[in-house]
Amino acid sequence: MPITESDIAKIAALAQLEITDEERRELTPQIASIVAYVEQLNELDTSGAEPALGGLTEAGERTDAAREDVPLPSLGQTLALDQAPDPAAGHFRVPKVL
Amino acid sequence: MNIETIKTRLAGGEQDARAIVESALDAAEELNGTLGAFLQIDRAGALARLNNSDGRSDESLTRPLAAVPVAIKDNICVRGLQTSCGSAILGKYQPPYNATAIERLEAAGAIIIGKTNCDEFAMGSSNENSAFGPVRNPWDTGRVPGGSSGGSAAAVAARIVPVALGSDTGGSVRQPASLCGIVGVKPTYGRVSRYGLVAFGSSLDQIGIFATNTHDAALTLSVIAGRDARDATTTDVDVPDYVSELTGDLPRGARIGVARDLFGEGLDTDVRESVEAAIEVYRSLGAEVVDVELPHAKYAIAVYYIIATAEASSNLARFDGVRYGFRAEESRTLREMYQRTREEGFGAEVKRRIMLGTYVLSSGYYDAYYLKAQKVRALLKQDFSRAFERCDAIITPTSPTTAFLLGEKTDDPLAMYLNDIYTVTANLAGIPGLSVPCGLSATGSLPIGMQLLGPHWSEATLFRFAHAYEQAQPFTARPRVTAKE
Repeated sequence: MPITESDIAKIAALAQLEITDEERRELTPQIASIVAYVEQLNELDTSGAEPALGGLTEAGERTDAAREDVPLPSLGQTLALDQAPDPAAGHFRVPKVL
Repeated sequence: MNIETIKTRLAGGEQDARAIVESALDAAEELNGTLGAFLQIDRAGALARLNNSDGRSDESLTRPLAAVPVAIKDNICVRGLQTSCGSAILGKYQPPYNATAIERLEAAGAIIIGKTNCDEFAMGSSNENSAFGPVRNPWDTGRVPGGSSGGSAAAVAARIVPVALGSDTGGSVRQPASLCGIVGVKPTYGRVSRYGLVAFGSSLDQIGIFATNTHDAALTLSVIAGRDARDATTTDVDVPDYVSELTGDLPRGARIGVARDLFGEGLDTDVRESVEAAIEVYRSLGAEVVDVELPHAKYAIAVYYIIATAEASSNLARFDGVRYGFRAEESRTLREMYQRTREEGFGAEVKRRIMLGTYVLSSGYYDAYYLKAQKVRALLKQDFSRAFERCDAIITPTSPTTAFLLGEKTDDPLAMYLNDIYTVTANLAGIPGLSVPCGLSATGSLPIGMQLLGPHWSEATLFRFAHAYEQAQPFTARPRVTAKE
């Protein structure tokens, strides 16, 4: 199924991107050609293959990833807000949600 | 200047630690107008850190990287310096903590002199996707240095610093190392902590090392590798002293694998001839050359651009204008603020990849794209396992071409992606890869790199193979733009 400009608009909304009309026109054939390229995978029979999800190495699978359950200092409010674009009263202020 | 030269000068009293670090800072400042390799040069901070580390005491000078000036790709967090990731959405953002690799470098005596330019969020193969302008190749400033760690590669190639860190998700250390005529290493997945590396494709990302020779890369990996409780994907596999493996020869019965299918279409004649000559060097060093097959390697780019973009679309969701970095002005609602911030803050390639990743993960397409790609990834891993039953390392070109012209490939995203044909396989399989200079183009002006790939945790073998080649065929050519040594 070919990718249309309306598909691109829908994906942009899912990705929280407010793309311009011009970007939508440009992205449509670009995404379509990349998708057409990756569809060459369909020529492979993968019915017997398990997906490579999770660890890439046997040692990675084996290593216990959990650390000791001990309390450690956290970042702290001052440092956490230090780079915020609009800090207010110890919080991150944002435009209204509803 | 390489690390051995630094150690000799320190030991002989020819230069002190301060003079060494100052000369790197001078070179960085002097050449930045020409190369654009650095986004931040931190003279005051570097000299302060040098004083704190007491560079003059005898004890501190015995540390493995004492007084070694180092440059860091601008997607790795260094406390007190910016981490822009080459993106306007982060700009002058300063992380409140150090990456684990940075802590380990500094504990070993290294002095960080600045942050290097890169493709935005490490997405690119030419460094032309940086929001802060391109990096230029020290061998020919009309050409790209490769990407995405182009600034780190150019800084080492121009002899500003002996060592730099980059990140390699699909070739972003090895390919620019090749295009800039230096050594570049992508370790095994889980070898170096990713804590403090801004995530792109989390199952592919690995911090890598640039150096002017195998010895310096090996020494640096010994310092930064190993288990870190803050990155659950690091492992408890022992970190060997990689330098002690550099014997100058090959192990008895060494076998080097060649996948002939990879030497076909799209490969420049110059590059093919150089890598074939390197294979003959290995034969003359006593290696048995064996043919191996990687039947799924031709699908690697397709697999990679599904998995990497899917992971990126998820990882980059955090850049929303709320907690740090850029926020678009005058939005009436939260959603509008998110969308405008991301629209104005991200560049074209990053948006393209977020869109592609969102598409392949969207409802109804997950099985067709992402799951399918993960299955082919498993088949590719199997290809490598079988191949490594027959050989110790596989040799390939690192990049199908030498450095291309600025602007040459920017109009065609797919053509740009195909630059990574030889490098993405290592990230997909989690295996280590290393690029070493192996010649110059026919016109004599541009370097060519060969890649060595090995099984998981085989970095010591790869270093030994690379070092043996280096001893047999020293690469003495230098780029046109270089610092005084």
